[in-house]
Amino acid sequence: MATGSRSEIILEELTAVVLLTLMGAAAIGMARQRNLYGVVLLSGIYSFLMATVMVVLDAVDVAMTEAAVGAGISTVLLFGAIHLTGGTESKPIHRPWLPLLVVAATGAMLVYGTLGLPAFSDPGAPIHQHVAPRYLTEGPVKTGVPNVVTAVLASYRGFDTLGETFVVFTAGIGVIALLGRRRPRRPLDKSREESKE
Amino acid sequence: MRLDIILRVLAKLLIPFALVFGLYVQFHGDFGPGGGFQAGVIVAAAVIFYALIYGLPAARRVVPTELVQNLMAVGVLLYAGVGVVSIMLGGNFLDYFVLGADPVSGQHRGIFWVEIGVLITVASVMLKIFYVFAGRRRDAEETAE
Repeated sequence: MATGSRSEIILEELTAVVLLTLMGAAAIGMARQRNLYGVVLLSGIYSFLMATVMVVLDAVDVAMTEAAVGAGISTVLLFGAIHLTGGTESKPIHRPWLPLLVVAATGAMLVYGTLGLPAFSDPGAPIHQHVAPRYLTEGPVKTGVPNVVTAVLASYRGFDTLGETFVVFTAGIGVIALLGRRRPRRPLDKSREESKE
Repeated sequence: MRLDIILRVLAKLLIPFALVFGLYVQFHGDFGPGGGFQAGVIVAAAVIFYALIYGLPAARRVVPTELVQNLMAVGVLLYAGVGVVSIMLGGNFLDYFVLGADPVSGQHRGIFWVEIGVLITVASVMLKIFYVFAGRRRDAEETAE
């Protein structure tokens, strides 16, 4: 909200900071937790916080998806997976120092990379100069759809969205191929059952 | 199962609203935030909620797993079919301008059907994945017996 008054901007920043702090706390809790049910619960909380961050960033579409998929469906799926595999994490064999070093170095590099980006919601940023003005001015006129996000998603980038739909479809097919069939029974059991029938 | 009466009553109250909200997100996506992806996951979440409270067999009776499996492909085919129709009407693949009497109504029509395709595929894939995960323990127990 670039048009908001000063106090609104401060309130928004404060909300974002509080949410991100809570997300950090949830992530640390997940890393320390050995009970996997607790981990899944915390990841659901993390997703809800992420969805709220998306609302703060005015990305309501992403927030809806994050809340429904991240916090809802994937939490249920993870609970289902834990139900099948057991609820306690086994003790790691290796010391965490090398992975921690790799993660910290990658994170530092990413933060360093963001320093070169234009300021957040800077109207002069390259991404707002390329096709975005055309989408914003011509989109509603040409497509007759007031919501520019829908116009771009379904019309201007219809090929991308078709590809995304295929990705979702492929994911479903993959899960069916891996888990959807009953386990093949042993030949001995099978012959016994056939004789029973 | 008998102690969860609060959950059952709440689910009965909430699920219709969740489904209607899914439809709202789908069909109001032209004006407000939303669209096929969001509506699809909301619809799937509503059915999964039903399955959690009333049990997997009940959910499978309402939304049969074979139907869900077929709908996964139907959504993608519907989306791609819009592209094929626009080719047959003399445009390019997914060129919505040729779908209606004037370009704007063509765009409306194209976006409408494409979003329906996305809704169908997303909702059925999410639901199918849930069915597969949730149904696994029962299969394993059957083989163990």
